[in-house]
Amino acid sequence: MSTRIIANRDRCVGAGQCVLVDPDAFDQDDSDGLVVLIHSEPHSDDEVARAREAVNVCPGRALSLAE
Amino acid sequence: MTPPTISFTRTDPYRPPADHVRLQAEAPISRVQRPDGRKLWVVTRHEDVRTMLMDTRFSSDRRDPRHPAHMAHMGPDYRPGLIEMDPPAHTALRRSLIGEFTVSRLSAWRPRIQEMVDEAIDAMLAGPPETDLVEALSLPIPSMVISEMLGVPYADHDFFQRNSADFSRIDTTPEQKGAAVANLRNYIADLVQQKVKEPGNDLLSRQLAAGVKPEDLGPIGFLLLIAGHETTANMISLSIATLLDKREKLEAVRNDPAITVGAVEELLRYFTIAEVGHQRLALADIELGGVLIKEGETVFGLANTANRDAEVFPDPDDLDFTRLARNHLAFGFGPHQCLGQNLARLELEIVLATVLRRMPTLRLAVPFDEISFKENGPNYGVNKLEVAW
Ligand code: HEM
Ligand code: SF4
Repeated sequence: MSTRIIANRDRCVGAGQCVLVDPDAFDQDDSDGLVVLIHSEPHSDDEVARAREAVNVCPGRALSLAE
Repeated sequence: MTPPTISFTRTDPYRPPADHVRLQAEAPISRVQRPDGRKLWVVTRHEDVRTMLMDTRFSSDRRDPRHPAHMAHMGPDYRPGLIEMDPPAHTALRRSLIGEFTVSRLSAWRPRIQEMVDEAIDAMLAGPPETDLVEALSLPIPSMVISEMLGVPYADHDFFQRNSADFSRIDTTPEQKGAAVANLRNYIADLVQQKVKEPGNDLLSRQLAAGVKPEDLGPIGFLLLIAGHETTANMISLSIATLLDKREKLEAVRNDPAITVGAVEELLRYFTIAEVGHQRLALADIELGGVLIKEGETVFGLANTANRDAEVFPDPDDLDFTRLARNHLAFGFGPHQCLGQNLARLELEIVLATVLRRMPTLRLAVPFDEISFKENGPNYGVNKLEVAW
């Protein structure tokens, strides 16, 4: 089973921590600052590790991983 | 039973207050009292502070007289700023602002901030080879950056900077501080009126275009100024003082500028200057980490101590620029986590890199342990930083 990133925009506080952790996976909407997923399926171990870190640092607990 | 009295004063600039460290080991969530007799809960471990700051039943609304940061002027008619609000009003206001502070929006400011830092350093290098870095660099940079973001005309930068510096210096009297606050509030209110007539390409004009009422916008502009000015200035001064004190750290960054980003992140964790920023009022009986906090009691999340939690940051007292731990609480956590954090990171990164590159002989003009630190908050920092080159 592959890993999938889930972003709950209702909980996002727009701090952009996820973008700092992995700008290839996460972006912020220019109008409301909330998270936008560039892709939701990390493949390499490195991508999965960064997704995990983003989940950990997210101050809104808006991110999770489905595995 | 009277709870024990603990001190909130840092005696060693490189460590959290000793009482806080002791509590983290012995009684991580404790009922204590401050030297002035006010009782409160302190929360010292990383995970508990995060849980607390996520839970908005721990309220930020300072209009409630029971709130630890309540002040007499915050009556029923008082309009709270973003930092003093609870959801849902907080959520709506924050969403209307964060688009201005996204990582990509801010990276467009990089060349302009670089120019400002270069100009400030040009001015230092053109003068006598000894100065107070707080006045020459730490205070002006964040003030200039936020004034340009808000759309303050260049001709008014001096006025803006002088008043915001008066507001944060210790050698100004309360009257001078009060006057500076009034000057800035009035100035921003006038500026908003000017933007109503003549919109520009700036934050205030965009907020007006999005439908924010002019009378609501003044306080927002004022908060953006004060929340980001002294805080960023303190971090600039502390970071440079530390690098000049720990030469091997300075050399590490100078030899490998790519670690500047890691250095900034680690210095933010290490100093956690807004230590007592996380004051909340419990609006219900809430269980936190096995302790029952009752409605009406006040709670302080000790972010500085939490950022030295060995379970989260191995060897927490080591200043390690390769740690890259972004889960620190220097900017808080939860819905109020600092709106301007990525602007602060950008300013710090540019200032540190440029100072190291352009001022290779920079040194402390007084020994590190004689520097005057801001020991009694609200934010930790440096009053004066005499350097020479
Ligand atoms: C190193 C510099 C800075 C530090 C350490 C810092 C720290 C903090 C902390 C700890 C909070 C959370 C307070 C709470 O939970 O009650 C906060 C909130 C805030 N900060 Fe910063 N800050 C810095 C720079 C800035 C800058 C540059 C700006 C703006 C331009 C800014 C604007 C704000 C605003 C508007 C809030 C309120 C957010 C909200 O309540 O939703 N800060 N900051
Ligand atoms: S880290 Fe979390 S709160 Fe911040 S922008 Fe990303 S999803 Fe939103």
